[in-house]
Amino acid sequence: MAADPIHQFQITKLFSLGHIGGQEIAFTNSSAYMFAAVGIIAILMLAPSRQLVPGRFQSIAELSYEFVANMIRSTAGKEGLKFFPLVFSLFMFIAVSNLVGIIPYTFTVSSHLIVTVTLAMLVFLTVLIYGLSKNGLKFFKLFVPSGVPIYILPLVVFIEVISFFLKPVSHSVRLFANMLAGHIALKVFASFIAMLGAIGVVGWFGAVLPLGLTIALTALELLVAFLQAYVFAILTCIYLNDAIHPGH
Amino acid sequence: MAEGHGDAKGATAHTAADGGHKAPFPPFQKETFASQLVSLTIAFVALYLIVSKLALPRVGGVIEERQKTIEGDLAAAQKLKGESDEALKAYEAELAGARARAQAIGAETREKLNAAAEAERKTLEERLAGKLADAEKTIAATRTAAMGNVRGIASEAAAAIVQQLAGVQPDSKVLDSAVNASMKG
Repeated sequence: MAADPIHQFQITKLFSLGHIGGQEIAFTNSSAYMFAAVGIIAILMLAPSRQLVPGRFQSIAELSYEFVANMIRSTAGKEGLKFFPLVFSLFMFIAVSNLVGIIPYTFTVSSHLIVTVTLAMLVFLTVLIYGLSKNGLKFFKLFVPSGVPIYILPLVVFIEVISFFLKPVSHSVRLFANMLAGHIALKVFASFIAMLGAIGVVGWFGAVLPLGLTIALTALELLVAFLQAYVFAILTCIYLNDAIHPGH
Repeated sequence: MAEGHGDAKGATAHTAADGGHKAPFPPFQKETFASQLVSLTIAFVALYLIVSKLALPRVGGVIEERQKTIEGDLAAAQKLKGESDEALKAYEAELAGARARAQAIGAETREKLNAAAEAERKTLEERLAGKLADAEKTIAATRTAAMGNVRGIASEAAAAIVQQLAGVQPDSKVLDSAVNASMKG
């Protein structure tokens, strides 16, 4: 069962927390990694000294701050900065948990659909509630692009409405599928090494190929881990921009 | 060895084939959702609070402070540069003023000296002109005197010549007119 590429996604109960409506609430390995990610972010952002000329760790904290701040400014404008903590939390949470998940024998929080769906729904509801409370009925201009001829307007509005409600789906599935597929591929190639290595001397030479592939895939996964966090965050910014400035 | 190979392959095929049936695919195991939701909510709320209340103000404060320091330093440097420019300008103005003053003093002195020299020259010339006039007067007087003498000598000489040649005492009136005529001619 060691080579089972699905096994790494298994949720195991560490201890039980109680029951809500007959459903057991447990502290699982997933929970542990979630809190670990939160802890790492907290250390990363709070531990560095506050110097005028930053050291390495302070630089990381400031780089992530500036990175997310610029991302929001460029996509959602200055008004988007009121969502800075939200976007920053999302970006850092996904990035850190993804990067932790690349370490062998660890668990990847965002490889579970329920997690990504929850985060995507958080963004979706924020957009919906903020958009409605700020713009009122004008928020629905989002579905009516300007400059469209009246005879195809109903079709366009229909498509816009559907795409609006499909946003959280694509938002969450993109992250989930990327992390899941990447980790399965990594595990499959890594298990080839073990299998070939078990054959004997010939297998050792044969194992070089999957080993190289695993290394390359690990590098790719490092990129993907960061990139998916970035994509998730920038899509959040774009959706928030819709809420702040509806009517395209 | 071959057994291990087959075993692993079998396991892979097994989960891929009936993933949802025997050992359900972990991300779709509904009984784990509630636990994950609860821990995700707690973790994310905690993260949000840490980020919004502590981390961002802290890091943002440092960045802002640095920005302020840089701007302050730049402004101070700009101010100092302005001051040094001003000092340079004042120095140059002072230098130009001093030079102009020196030139004015020089010109004034030259003028004064020129005027004095001119005046001196004029008085000298006047004096010389006076002397010259006196000398000319003296010369003229001497000359007329001499001329008078010459006339006297000439008429005497003429009278003597006439007496010698003709033996006649010439008439003084005729002699005078003849002397006059020859002196004119």
